[in-house]
Amino acid sequence: MIRSMRWKGAAFTVPFQLGFVFLYLLPIGYAVYESLFTEKQSGLGLGGATTEFVGLDNYTQGLTDSAFMSSILRVVLFACVQIPMMLLISLLLALFLDALTSRVASRFRIVLLVPYMIPGVVAAIVWVNLYSPDVGPLTAIGKSLGLDWNFFAPSMVWPAIGNLLTWHGIGYNMVIIYSALQGVPRELFEAARLDGASELRIARSIKIPFVRGALVLTGLLSIIQMLQIFNEPALFRNITPQTVSDSFTPIMIIYNQAFNAGNYNYAAALSVLLALILGVASFLFYRLTSKEAD
Amino acid sequence: MTLTEQTTERPEVRSVRRLTRPDPASRGRGGQRFLLVGLVLASSYSLFPVWWLVVAATKDRTALYQSNGLWFSGWHLWENLQQVFTYQDGIFLRWTANSFLYAGVGSLGGTLIALATGYGLARFDFPGRNAIFACVVGSFLIPIALLTLPLYLLFSAIGMVDTPWAMLIPCLINPFSVYLAKVYTEATIPYELLEAARIDGAGELRIFFSIVLRMMTTGGATVFLLAFVNTWNAFFLPLTVLRGKENWTLNLGLYNWTGTRLESGIDLTGLVLTGALLSIVPMAIMMVAMRRYWRTGVTLGALK
Repeated sequence: MIRSMRWKGAAFTVPFQLGFVFLYLLPIGYAVYESLFTEKQSGLGLGGATTEFVGLDNYTQGLTDSAFMSSILRVVLFACVQIPMMLLISLLLALFLDALTSRVASRFRIVLLVPYMIPGVVAAIVWVNLYSPDVGPLTAIGKSLGLDWNFFAPSMVWPAIGNLLTWHGIGYNMVIIYSALQGVPRELFEAARLDGASELRIARSIKIPFVRGALVLTGLLSIIQMLQIFNEPALFRNITPQTVSDSFTPIMIIYNQAFNAGNYNYAAALSVLLALILGVASFLFYRLTSKEAD
Repeated sequence: MTLTEQTTERPEVRSVRRLTRPDPASRGRGGQRFLLVGLVLASSYSLFPVWWLVVAATKDRTALYQSNGLWFSGWHLWENLQQVFTYQDGIFLRWTANSFLYAGVGSLGGTLIALATGYGLARFDFPGRNAIFACVVGSFLIPIALLTLPLYLLFSAIGMVDTPWAMLIPCLINPFSVYLAKVYTEATIPYELLEAARIDGAGELRIFFSIVLRMMTTGGATVFLLAFVNTWNAFFLPLTVLRGKENWTLNLGLYNWTGTRLESGIDLTGLVLTGALLSIVPMAIMMVAMRRYWRTGVTLGALK
């Protein structure tokens, strides 16, 4: 009886298991396999290509590929600036909402979530046009403030993309932090107020430590997303190819290696490398932040 | 005991405090005003790009380039819409239909599979259960490139690249949906109920389809909604596996139109902006209609 029940339970997961094997395990295995080979043109390229086993050559090439490594460094440096800033704003907004009555808070919460429901590509289209000196209002606004800014200048690309990501992300992160804040026992505030703590002090000593877990989580999700950033720079490239190179982010390089250079083997090795880096980064971030919490 | 003490003491202490503080009422109001100003500023930051997009969609080309971006100038929304829907033989409509097909059918199938899997994982004990769950959680960390590239190669080996299947099949397997479904099952389906149904002689499939699925309407709706939004917003997968224009999604089409300007010198800015606005409309309708569900989904996402 119990034995047969077990297998009936397992049966419910069979479609997923099959799909997971076909759509996750098989591709990953295939990528690892492909990454160990390379295509060599024989002679003048007239004789067709032959596939050769090269072991870890693609990986050593990837690790010494300055374009790939600098794209990772670029994204990591950018993440170190943009993610803390976005999370700080989200945290502030969540604290603000938490201090209001829930009816007022729910109005603001919906408004702040509007950017989140806009597809990433559309969000990028909107901001690229806002930045554009021809159609966007930002250049004119800057001029009236005495600022001569050009968002498509090479030095402005990251601030421009950073603003776009922040705009897109604060609502989502705010909601997660806010819902964690709702879990703080209200008696704690009352007790702290009786002890003469100011609202600022309560926020700093009770609320923020309490939502640390939510901050770690939103941070982790943002890091995972950032290392894989593609849509936004791709769209910027579509508009200003001179400022955003085709090797701007790791995924852009992988995509180009696979579809423009036709170098699938190398692209596969780079994707495996990126996955490893992502795993290590997530692990380190998790360890660092959870150690701090102790 | 302590609880009752607190409740009786509290009002008294409060009134004492009120007397000792110089002007707590106005200070509170000032603080409240500060919060409101901050939130209004943040809200205008959130909304002004959307507002600009709405305004831009109502302008003709000259007004788009020459008038103040944040206010209306002439009313050409209908002409713009007409242009969007007729440009390149009305391909925009095709892209819209594709987006609905992929997001709708893909998410529906994906949700059903996820609910079955979540139910199996949450309410049965079988060997390998933990391994499956580990795969689900572990896959959150796998970069899209690592999956999409080899998937493209596999799909092209079996001749599925550039067909709707290349978009639909990946949507069927969504680990995050499985995770949500498991959490929802744990919260809504009691063991006792399943036992009772079994004692009444109901088969496992029947229990799943007529009891579990019915009780999971709310959870299922959230899973569906989030999967729909995900597919609607997808970009890297369609860019990789779809080649011909006629199978593209809205995102891919709009992306292509933004690039057309450089290739052919035709200015499609107005077209792109009106199309971008249109592509938000279904999202907005769904989000508003299902506000209750997706908010729980967003916060549940925090648990993962």
